[in-house]
Amino acid sequence: MGSHCDDSIVSSVKIPTIKFTKLFINGEFVDSISGKTFETIDPRTGDVIARIAEGDEEDIDLAVKAARDAFDHGPWPRLPGSERARIMMKFADLIDQNVEELAALDTIDAGKLFSMGKAVDIPQVAATLRYYAGAADKIHGDVLKMSREFHAYTLREPIGVVGHIIPWNYPSTMLLMKISPALAAGCTMVVKPAEQTPLSALYYAHLAKLAGIPNGVLNVVTGFGPTAGAAVSTHMDIDAVSFTGSPEVGRKVMKAAAESNLKVVSLELGGKSPLIIFDDADVDAAAQLALTGIVYNKGEICVASSRVYVQEGIYDEVVKKLVEKAKAWVVGDPFDPEVQQGPQVDKKQFERILTYIEHGKREGATLLTGGKPLGRKGYYIEPTIFTDFKEEMLIAKDEIFGPVMALAKFKTIEEAIARANNSRYGLAAGIVTKDLNVANTVSRSIRAGTIWINCYFAFDNDCPVGGYKMSGFGSDLGLEGLYKYLHVKSVVTPIYNTPWL
Amino acid sequence: MTSHCNGNMDSFVKVPTIKFTKLFINGEFVDSISGKTFETIDPRTGEVITRVSEGDKEDVDLAVKAARQAFDNGPWPRLPGSERGRIMMKFADLVNQHVEELAALDTIDGGKLFGSCKSMDVPGAANCLRYYAGAADKIHGNVLKMSREFHGYTLREPIGVVGHIIPWNFPTIMFFGKVSPALAAGCTMVLKPAEQTPLSALYYAHLAKLAGIPDGVLNVVTGFGPTAGAAISSHMDIDAISFTGSTEVGREIMQAAAKSNLKTVSLELGGKSPLVIFDDADVDKAAGLALLGILYNKGEICVASSRVFVQEGIYDEFVKLLVEKVKAWKVGDPFHPKTQQGPQVDKKQFEKILSYIEHGKRQGATLLSGGNPLGDKGYYIEPTIFTDVKEDMLIAKDEIFGPVMALMKFNTIDEAIKKANNTTYGLAAGIVTKNLDVANTVSRSIRAGVIWINCYLAFDQDCSYGGYKMSGFGRDCGLEALDKYLHVKSIVTPIYNSPWL
Repeated sequence: MGSHCDDSIVSSVKIPTIKFTKLFINGEFVDSISGKTFETIDPRTGDVIARIAEGDEEDIDLAVKAARDAFDHGPWPRLPGSERARIMMKFADLIDQNVEELAALDTIDAGKLFSMGKAVDIPQVAATLRYYAGAADKIHGDVLKMSREFHAYTLREPIGVVGHIIPWNYPSTMLLMKISPALAAGCTMVVKPAEQTPLSALYYAHLAKLAGIPNGVLNVVTGFGPTAGAAVSTHMDIDAVSFTGSPEVGRKVMKAAAESNLKVVSLELGGKSPLIIFDDADVDAAAQLALTGIVYNKGEICVASSRVYVQEGIYDEVVKKLVEKAKAWVVGDPFDPEVQQGPQVDKKQFERILTYIEHGKREGATLLTGGKPLGRKGYYIEPTIFTDFKEEMLIAKDEIFGPVMALAKFKTIEEAIARANNSRYGLAAGIVTKDLNVANTVSRSIRAGTIWINCYFAFDNDCPVGGYKMSGFGSDLGLEGLYKYLHVKSVVTPIYNTPWL
Repeated sequence: MTSHCNGNMDSFVKVPTIKFTKLFINGEFVDSISGKTFETIDPRTGEVITRVSEGDKEDVDLAVKAARQAFDNGPWPRLPGSERGRIMMKFADLVNQHVEELAALDTIDGGKLFGSCKSMDVPGAANCLRYYAGAADKIHGNVLKMSREFHGYTLREPIGVVGHIIPWNFPTIMFFGKVSPALAAGCTMVLKPAEQTPLSALYYAHLAKLAGIPDGVLNVVTGFGPTAGAAISSHMDIDAISFTGSTEVGREIMQAAAKSNLKTVSLELGGKSPLVIFDDADVDKAAGLALLGILYNKGEICVASSRVFVQEGIYDEFVKLLVEKVKAWKVGDPFHPKTQQGPQVDKKQFEKILSYIEHGKRQGATLLSGGNPLGDKGYYIEPTIFTDVKEDMLIAKDEIFGPVMALMKFNTIDEAIKKANNTTYGLAAGIVTKNLDVANTVSRSIRAGVIWINCYLAFDQDCSYGGYKMSGFGRDCGLEALDKYLHVKSIVTPIYNSPWL
C-alpha cells in the first residue's frame, strides 16, 4: 500500500490567485464571443478553482486571423533569427522569474508535484525556449549538386500559421515544447490547451507579451476539443497542426486536416512502452527504474514503462524489491515536499484507471500490490502492479495512463524483443543490461522512437522524441523538432560558363 | 492552326509485344485472386492494347504479407547500404539496356512522346536509381549534444513496408522517383500503378528481379484506385504511404490512413503554377518558356505553368510571339520524331479538358488560339491559350491538366506576387527577369515548393521538390525524398566521468 498523507494537511505554499482566465488573442485578454466560461477543477479535492473563457469556432477564427496577419504582414517572420532569439531569451528569463507561481498553477490544475515543477518542469521549459532561441539563426538550407548548368538551393521557410493542440499531463512542458521551435522558425500560432489545464498557458501568454512577442504571433484559445480543437484541425487557413494526445483524437485531427485544407499534421500519441531488464542488471537500480517508469507524474506520461519484462534469473529478487519500493512510495498532496505522487488529473481519468484495474483482476492477472483509490476526496490511486499477465489482456494492450504496471518474466533475448514489439504502439522502450552486445542488438530491434539504455525518461533538448507505428509521426525536441514548422523550397536558375560542375 | 500529323501514318517504331500483364507478388507474376482483368487503352486510337490483371484487396493483402516478410525477416534491410546500392545499379543498367521497349510501352499506354521517353524519361529513371544507390550507404544519424552525462544518438531506420500509389502522367519517372529512395533506405514495398498506365511498371518488376532485388521487396499490384488503391491506404500493416495524384484522391488517402493505422502519409498533389514574366525578359525566350511550361507532356504535369502573368510593358509583343510559336507546335502520333505533343491519356481527361475550354469561353475569357480537339480518333487537343482571364474564372482556379494556358497581364511586382499566390495550390512557379533583386524578392515571396528562375521544368536528381499549401507535403527527388521512408530513433545511455560535455 502506498503511503498516504492525511488529506487534512494544510498546504505550506500559498495557492496562487488566478490572474488570467480569458482568451489571449492578438495581444489582448478577451472574453469568448459567446461569453461562455467553463470550470477548471483541482484534482486534490474535486473543487472548482476558477472559471475560464470558453473559446469556440468564432474565437479560433479571430485568433487565426490575427496569426495570419502577424505572419503575412507582421514583423515576426521578418526579424532576423537572432532577434527572434533575443525575445525568446527574454521570455525564458521571465519564466524563471515566475517559477513558483507557474509551478503552483500546474499543481492545482493537474495535480503535478509542486517541488518537481519548481526544480525540473518549469526550469526545463525555459531551457527549451533557450535551446530553440539558439537555433533560430542557424536554420539554413542546402546548395545543391546539379547535374546540369544550374545553380540551385533550398530554403527552409516558416510554414505559416500553426495550430497547437496540447494535452493536460505536462501543461508547461507541452506548451513550450511546441511553441519554442515554431517561434524560432518564424511561424505564428494558435494554441488550444487541454480543458483540464488551461491556467499556466494563459499565464505564459501574458509573459510572452511582456517579453516582446508581437501581437498575433502567439494566441491562446482555451476551450474543449470537439469545439475549439476541432476548429483548429479543420481550419482552412492553418498551415500545420501539431497534436499531442490520445490516438483516438489523433485520428480525428488527421481526418479533419485531410477533409479541410490538407494541412501538414504531426501527431504524438500514446504508448505502451516496454522496459526490459536482463539478468545482469543491478536488481535494486532496475527495480527503482521500473517503479519510476510507471509512477512518475502519476503514470500520466506517454512514454511510461507500463510493461516490464524481467529475465527469469533475477525475477523473484526484482519483484521483492519492487513491492518494497511501491509500499514506500508516498502518495498525497502535491504541495507537500515529501510526496512523490499527486492525484490523477480528473474524475474521468481516475475512473478509467480504476476500470482497467478491475479488468486486470477479472482477466486473471495477479494483483501484486496496490489496486485501490486512496482517501475520500480527490483522485488519488495507489501504485499498482499486476503480474502473470498475458499479452492479450487489456492491461497489457491498452494505454492506461495511470500508476498501473504489468510485470512479466522472460527467458531469452529473442522472446524479450518479440514481446516488446508486440504492441501497436512504438513510443519508447527501456533496456537494462551491462552487456554491450545485448544493448546494441535490442536497441536496434525494438520498434520505438526512443530507447533508453540503463536509464528512463532521459530527455534532453537536443534529443528528438517521436513515435513509431501508432504512437504517431513527427518529432518533438532536437533540431528535428523544427521540421514540422518549416517547409522546403527549391530555387533553380541556369548558370553559364561555369568552371566546374 | 497547329500542325497535325496525319492520323493514319505508319508508326516509325514497331509497337512492342506486351510481355507482362499479371500482378508481381513475391517475385512471381500471378493472376489476381479473382481472376479479373481490365483493359488498357492506346490513347492514339482509343483501342485496347491488352488486358491486365485486376488486383483487389486480397491481392494487396498477399503483396503486403510478402513485403512484411521480406522486411521483418528477409535480407534486404539487413544488407549494407553499399550492397543495396550495387543491386540498384544493376537494375539501372537493365533499364538502360531496355530503353526502347520501355519507352514504347509508355508511348502506347500514356500517349507520351517516344523520342522524349527514350532520351529523357527512361534514362532519367535509371539515373534516379543510381542517385539513390549512391546515397544508400550514407544514411547516417546524428550524435547529440546532451546537457547531462548521457550519450545520445539518432538512427535513421527504414520505416518498413511502404505503399506507393503512382499516377499515369509519368509512369516511368513516378515509378522510380518513389521506388528508388525506398529501396535505398532498406524498405520493402507494394506499388499500385495508375490503371491507365500499368504496362511499364510490370516490366520494371521483371527487370528488378533480374537485377537481384529479393522476392517480396518490390511488389506491383495493378488495379483501380477505389479497390486496390484504397486497400493500400487503409491497410493495417503498411507503415507509410506515398501518393502522387489529384487533390481529391489525396484527401481520401490521408483520411484512410487516419482511420486505419495512422500510417505516415506524403502527398504530391495538383498545382496551378504561375509563370511571372517581367518586362526586362527576352520576349522570345519567355514566350518559348511559357509554351513549354504548359504543353510539355501535353500539359499533363503537376508543375505545368498554367497561369502566365506578363508585365504590361512587353505584353503585346509577347502575345504576338506566343501565337506564332503555338501555330508551329506539332500535335500528332507520339512515335513520330517531329511530334511535340501526343494525345491526352484517356477519354475522361480528354473530355474534362474540353469541358474546361467550354467554361473558359462561357465565362468570358478570350480564346487566343486553339480550343478544339484534333482528328476523329484518339484524344488529341490543340494547344489552347485564353487571354483576358479573371482570377475567379474556373480556368484560372482549377487544375485542368491539359494544354490550356490562362494568360494575364500585370503592372507591378507586388501585384504579380499577390496574383501568383492567389491559389490554394503551391507546387511550382517560374520567374523570368534579369534583375537580381526582383528574382530574389519574388522567389522568396511566392508560396510554392519549387521556383524556377529563367527556366522551367529544370528538375535534377539532387533537387527536391514538393508542395506548399494544398499541393501536398513531403518531398520527392534529392536527399529529402529519403525522409519519407525513414524514421528517427533516439538512443540514450548514461555515461560516467566524461571529460567534457
